Amino acid sequence: MVIIIPEIIKESVTNLMKNGERSDDRGFDDYREISLETGVIKKAEGSARVKIGNTQIMVGTKPQIGEPFSDTPNVGVLMTNSELIPMAAPDFEPGPPDERSVELARVTDRCMREAGVLDLEKLAIVEGEKVWMIFLDLHILDYDGNLMDAAVLGSMAAIMDTKIPETRVEGDEIIIDREKMIPLPIKEKALMCTFAKIGGELVVDPSLEEEQILDARISIGMREDGSICAMQKGGMKPLTKDEIIKAVSRTQKITKNLMEHLPHN
Amino acid sequence: MITIITNKDLGTGTEASQRADGRAFDELRPLKIEAGVLKRADGSAYLELGGNKVLVAVYGPRELHIRRLMQPNRAVLRCRYNMAPFSVDDRKRPGPDRRSVEISKITSEALTPAVFLEKFPRSTIDVFIEILEAEGGTRCAGITAASVALADAGVPMRDLVVSCAAGKADGQVVLDLSEVEDKDGEADVPVAIMPRTGEVTLLQSDGNLTAEEFEKALNLAIEGCKKISKEQKNAIIKRYGD
Repeated sequence: MVIIIPEIIKESVTNLMKNGERSDDRGFDDYREISLETGVIKKAEGSARVKIGNTQIMVGTKPQIGEPFSDTPNVGVLMTNSELIPMAAPDFEPGPPDERSVELARVTDRCMREAGVLDLEKLAIVEGEKVWMIFLDLHILDYDGNLMDAAVLGSMAAIMDTKIPETRVEGDEIIIDREKMIPLPIKEKALMCTFAKIGGELVVDPSLEEEQILDARISIGMREDGSICAMQKGGMKPLTKDEIIKAVSRTQKITKNLMEHLPHN
Repeated sequence: MITIITNKDLGTGTEASQRADGRAFDELRPLKIEAGVLKRADGSAYLELGGNKVLVAVYGPRELHIRRLMQPNRAVLRCRYNMAPFSVDDRKRPGPDRRSVEISKITSEALTPAVFLEKFPRSTIDVFIEILEAEGGTRCAGITAASVALADAGVPMRDLVVSCAAGKADGQVVLDLSEVEDKDGEADVPVAIMPRTGEVTLLQSDGNLTAEEFEKALNLAIEGCKKISKEQKNAIIKRYGD
């Protein structure tokens, strides 16, 4: 299905931006309303439902015992997967993940992995043989723009909510103690901040309308200390070096506020 | 070789002669239905039944791109039943499996008789059922929620199809089987009806029942459907007024 954005909307949104305004009256550094709940799916060992405006994602984690990758025999595995289910938008089709879905999962994964959110070495059970594999599944329920930031926020919250059974090794046996559920070994917190470039301006948290007309997009993953852990440029038009550097410094301020939405513990 | 031992099963054992969760034989699990919960979809509904959490979105009537499915004199009603990977104890691999394909088919057949499809030739109405958390009886919960989502989308219908299962667990015919009763029980009979006429639009049976027990289960399921039907209507009234 082709989404037709009348040129007239593009023109009016662009003109508003040039006057320092957005079509929904937000400032350039303002997110839409954010809500975040954790522990919403009892069957999942960790879960979070995140809403940014009308964009809504359900994130769940499932730990499984599996074999480590041969090049990293003593570290656990975090697997991120996303589904842009056809429920979420009229142009999402059923079937295997398309490129948008794969990009979302991979960028989310990179942001969490490179930030060192989890101490994966602590998820090893028997070196070279058995490790915990944490499956992180993103279920996109309602798409109204800016899936990236919602995905990372939801993933971070779901990981913080996750409890896995304690394991111990006795001889050749692994004992999984479901009566002793322990939190995941969290080392770092990271979140993502996405900007859309429209009419030469960079605005944070693009709405659906803004996403459909943007020239370029940049997503920046950032740790709590303000260092960068992931980036992704998108869109059909270029960004200048100056725009990128400015986006990074704006992200440092914005992420500080965004972190407030995560559960405190 | 490493053996993996889990010291505690996730499911709880059933007590003899009484239902595991303390319900009466004809008692439903706690039920909650809400209409109009999604922005992008034309219609939507959220339903909780016991530990089940189900979200349904409806798109359409809209253009059908697959020509071979197109009907010259009416719309087609397509359903997709899908379980979230985190909705069950052991992670479900994403994508359709044989079970979800079958459920999608019977769900479509359960809803079709109630919809005035002839008003929309050559088009499609798409129903997407997402099981966010599963605790037994998800196909019935999906159908019940789908009717509310169709109504929320403004699709003209003869009736609101409603669905509920009955079955046999611990030798007793009971209403609305829980996950444990479904797994350990003797039989499961999911039923959907159009409550205005009482006609049955979905019927399956899985397990062993005598003819008498089956009749009892069917009657029980229909009574359950009627109770749930009231909640469907309340959800729509709450969203749109009387």
